[in-house]
Parts: sequence; structure tokens; C-alpha cells
Amino acid sequence: MMTLNQQRKFKTFITGAFAWFIALLLFFPIFWMFITSFKTELQAISVPPSLFFEPTLENFGIVQERSDYLKHAFNSIITSFGSTFIALVIGVPAAYAMAFNPTKKTKDILLWMLSTKMLPAVGVLVPIYILSRDYGLLDSRTGLVIIFTLMNLPIIIWMLFSYFKDLPKEILEAARMDGANPWDEIVKVVLPLSIGGISSTALLSIILCWNEAFWSLNLTASEAAPLTAMIASYSSPEGLFWAKLSAASTLACAPIVIFGWFCQKQLVQGLTFGAVK
Amino acid sequence: MKRTITRLLMAPSVILLLIWMIVPLSMTIYFSTIRFNLLYPGQNNFVGWMNFEFFITDPGFMPAVLNTLILLISVLIITVVLGVALSALIDKPFFGQGIVRVLLISPFFIMPTVNALIWKNMMMNPVYGVFAWISQSLGLEPIDWLSDFPLMSVIIMVSWQWLPFAILVFVTALQSQDTEQKEAAQMDGATGWHIFRYLTIPHLSRPIAVVVMIETIFLLAVFAEIFVSTGGGPGYDSTNLAYLIYNQALLQYDVGVASAGGLFAVILANIVAFFLIRAVGKNLTV
Repeated sequence: MMTLNQQRKFKTFITGAFAWFIALLLFFPIFWMFITSFKTELQAISVPPSLFFEPTLENFGIVQERSDYLKHAFNSIITSFGSTFIALVIGVPAAYAMAFNPTKKTKDILLWMLSTKMLPAVGVLVPIYILSRDYGLLDSRTGLVIIFTLMNLPIIIWMLFSYFKDLPKEILEAARMDGANPWDEIVKVVLPLSIGGISSTALLSIILCWNEAFWSLNLTASEAAPLTAMIASYSSPEGLFWAKLSAASTLACAPIVIFGWFCQKQLVQGLTFGAVK
Repeated sequence: MKRTITRLLMAPSVILLLIWMIVPLSMTIYFSTIRFNLLYPGQNNFVGWMNFEFFITDPGFMPAVLNTLILLISVLIITVVLGVALSALIDKPFFGQGIVRVLLISPFFIMPTVNALIWKNMMMNPVYGVFAWISQSLGLEPIDWLSDFPLMSVIIMVSWQWLPFAILVFVTALQSQDTEQKEAAQMDGATGWHIFRYLTIPHLSRPIAVVVMIETIFLLAVFAEIFVSTGGGPGYDSTNLAYLIYNQALLQYDVGVASAGGLFAVILANIVAFFLIRAVGKNLTV
């Protein structure tokens, strides 16, 4: 017979083992992509799959040479960080205003903002394409930054709104009593208090931009194409070359995956969407 | 004074989003009523409902609408159910909890194009893929996933991407669950299942609403996964509305029909949103 304590320990062990099993299962495709990128093309398609092999870095060199990885990575960084920054600059004041001076219309405005995300991109592709062409924004980073900014603005405002609403009102009252003007109020009181919320919002926005594929596939060609578009060029004939494809994929995802790992604590604490009371 | 400042602070966002909504939408409405094919410039006469008729009578139309809804509902169910189960599973401390959490949320950081390429080639390829190898090792006939179960393959890919997002949100929410309440229930002899059913699930109702809302926005517009993996086929078996518009209209340079299709997608999204907001809206903090 096990004692109660042993029983509990056993249960924890079983739960842990099961959780590990599921986690490794879900992570396996990423692991496999990573491993394959160090194989030769022949090893990549061998059945049964080879697990022990002499790793080669050759594929990474070929990818850089063939599709100028660094240029596309630069485009991805500029567009995702740039648009997130602009969206925050526009979104923070709006979320702040709605959270601290709510009116009867606040709820409707928020829902309307979210509803603009309900417009499927494919439905407005042609107008956006034509407008971009007419204003010389096709295949330009500026064009993508504008679109990414507007694309994520509703979600950013919604997330920020829910953080601001949970801030203790008393502190703001006190600041106002001391004669703080609204600008001081935002910069000196609200921002320091909600830095956690703002950074998780920024993180989510950066991830969504980095992985955005529809607009980047359709509006960019060679110059401004971010990594999502570069990868798509490996989808057809080169899709047969799995090692190179894996190397390109690994290179495209590595920055954001590592970034995400470092920030996961922030993400796990931050994604409340005001949904937790 | 206060009202003026409030309005000033909101103005940039509201104005930008208004432009972002109205300009493309009105252009789409206009295009949908004229003949507008990029291959035949200069013949842009008014055609009324013809573009809509053309789009709705396309043989791919009904399959695409159905596939869009099946994809949406399956992925929502898979990610919410598994997401709740997994986040409850990893809520209590165990050996390597932090690493398990990192592994579980990683697929969310993988871009849809890469996601589709990994699954299409290295996992689901009927000859060289990992699944084929597993089937062979078990003495079974390998399955040609993308040809035989195209929509299910897309559902697997998309769920793999969005399950981590659900886990992220639910794990966050579980951190704020009242442990005292749980302990009290345990004292009173409640089993793990009862605690899960009567304490955890109600605690998660708002986060579930949030996940459903955000995922729906993205799932109605799934494009890259289909574009890269099945190409909507075989036939129309894995074509959703977004892909149909792209494939049947844009690739034929028929802007008029594409715009009509786009408007239809907007209408469908609004119908879904209407039911969604009614179903989960009361749980949203707005």
C-alpha cells in the first residue's frame, strides 16, 4: 500500500510524464525541421529517417546565397517592429481615453474597431493593391508597415484597453489632485504602471506581423519581401529539396521563436485580454 | 474640456480605422458592380448583379462556404478543448514545467507558410514523410494525407498553429485561479474532475470567449496554409472562401468577380460574428 504522500507523488509523476509526452509530440515537427536542415538532401529523404548523421552547414550557405536571407530578415524586423511601434503610439492614447473616460458609446466603438478585423483581407486585396500601386507603395517596406499597423491596431487597442481598465483609479485621482495634466498622467503614471501589459501587447503584435503571410505574399516582390514571402518561394519546385527547405524555414523562424522563448514569461502573464477577474 | 481631450486622444485611431474600412470597402462595392478584368482594360461598364451571380454559381462556391465553416468550427473545438485540458494538465508544478510550457507554445511562433511546408513534406508525404514511416513500421499502408484527406490535413496544420495560442491564454487565466477555493473543495472531498468541472471551467469562461473571438477572426481568413500545401485541391476539397476568391477570380484577373466574392466573404464573416458575439459576447469585457 502506498501512503497518501506517495500516492500524490506518483500522481504528479504521471501528470508530468504525460505533459512531457504531449509537449514533445507537439514540438516534434519543429525539431524535425531543425534536424533536417543539417542533413544532406539524400539523408533528408531516407526511409527510415536517419537520426545519426554528420551535420552539415552547407544548406544555410546555399539559402543565403540563393535568396539573400539577411535582406528578407531585415525586412521582417523593420516591418514587424516598425508597425508595432507606430500602432502603440496611435493605440495607447485611444485605449487610455476609452478606459479612463468611458462614455455610453465606448463599448460600441470598441466592438466596431474589432469588427474591422472581420473584413477578410482577400475581399479588399484588389483595392489595397490598386491604392498601393498608385501611391508607389507596392513592394515597399513603408507600404507593409502601414498595412500591418492598421491590421493590428484593433487588437492592440482592445488589449491595452483591458489593461488600463484594471489599473487602480485612486492613483490617477491622486496624480490629478497634484495638478498633473493628461500628458503627465499618461507618461508618468499610466505607462510605468502598465508597462507589463504594453509589452505583452507589443510582443503579440510583433509575432502576428512576423508571421503575416497574405499581404506580404501579395504586395511584395523582391525588394521588400519579408521572410514569409521568401519561404513561399521554396514551396514549389524547390519543395523537393527538403534539406534546403528546412534550412530556409529554420532561418526564417529562428529569430521569432528565440524571441518568443525569451519573452514567454511576459506573454504568459500578459495575455489576459481583461478576461481574468 | 475632458471630453475634448478624450476625443482628441481617440481621433487618430478612429479616423485611421474608418479610412481603412471605408475606402477599400466602397471600392470593392463599386468594382463588384462593373465588368472589370485586368486583361480587358477599358470595358468597365455597369453590370449590376452579374458578378455576384457568376461567383455564386461557381461550382466551387458551395464547397468553399462549407469548407470555411467546417475549418472554423473544427479548429475552434480542437483548440479550445485540448487547450483547456492541456493548460489544466500543466498548471500544477512538475519536473521541467517551464520547458514543457515553452515546447507547447512554440508552434504559435512558426509562420503559416513554414507550418504548411513542414507538414506537407516532412510529416505527411506518403513516401518519405514521418507519418508514412510510422505506418510502414506498423505494417500499415501509408496514407496520402493531402490527396485523401485534404481538408483534415489543413485542419491539423491550422490547429497545430492555434492550439498554443489557446494554451497561452488559458495558462495565463489559470494563474489567477483562487487556490484557496480549490483547497477548500478538496477538503470537502471533491474529486479532481469535480474541481475541474465546477471551478476551473467556469473560471475559464471569459478566456474561452476571448480565444473563440480572436481565433475566428484569423480562421475565417486562412489562406497561406492552403496556398502552400494543397492548393485548394483535389478539386475543391480544401478550398475555402478566401482561397476560392484568390484562385477563381484574382488569378483570372477578374476583379469584378473577385470583389463580389470578397463582399460575400464580408457578409459571411458578419453573420458568423453576429452569432459569435451573441454566444460569447456577454463574456467579453468590453
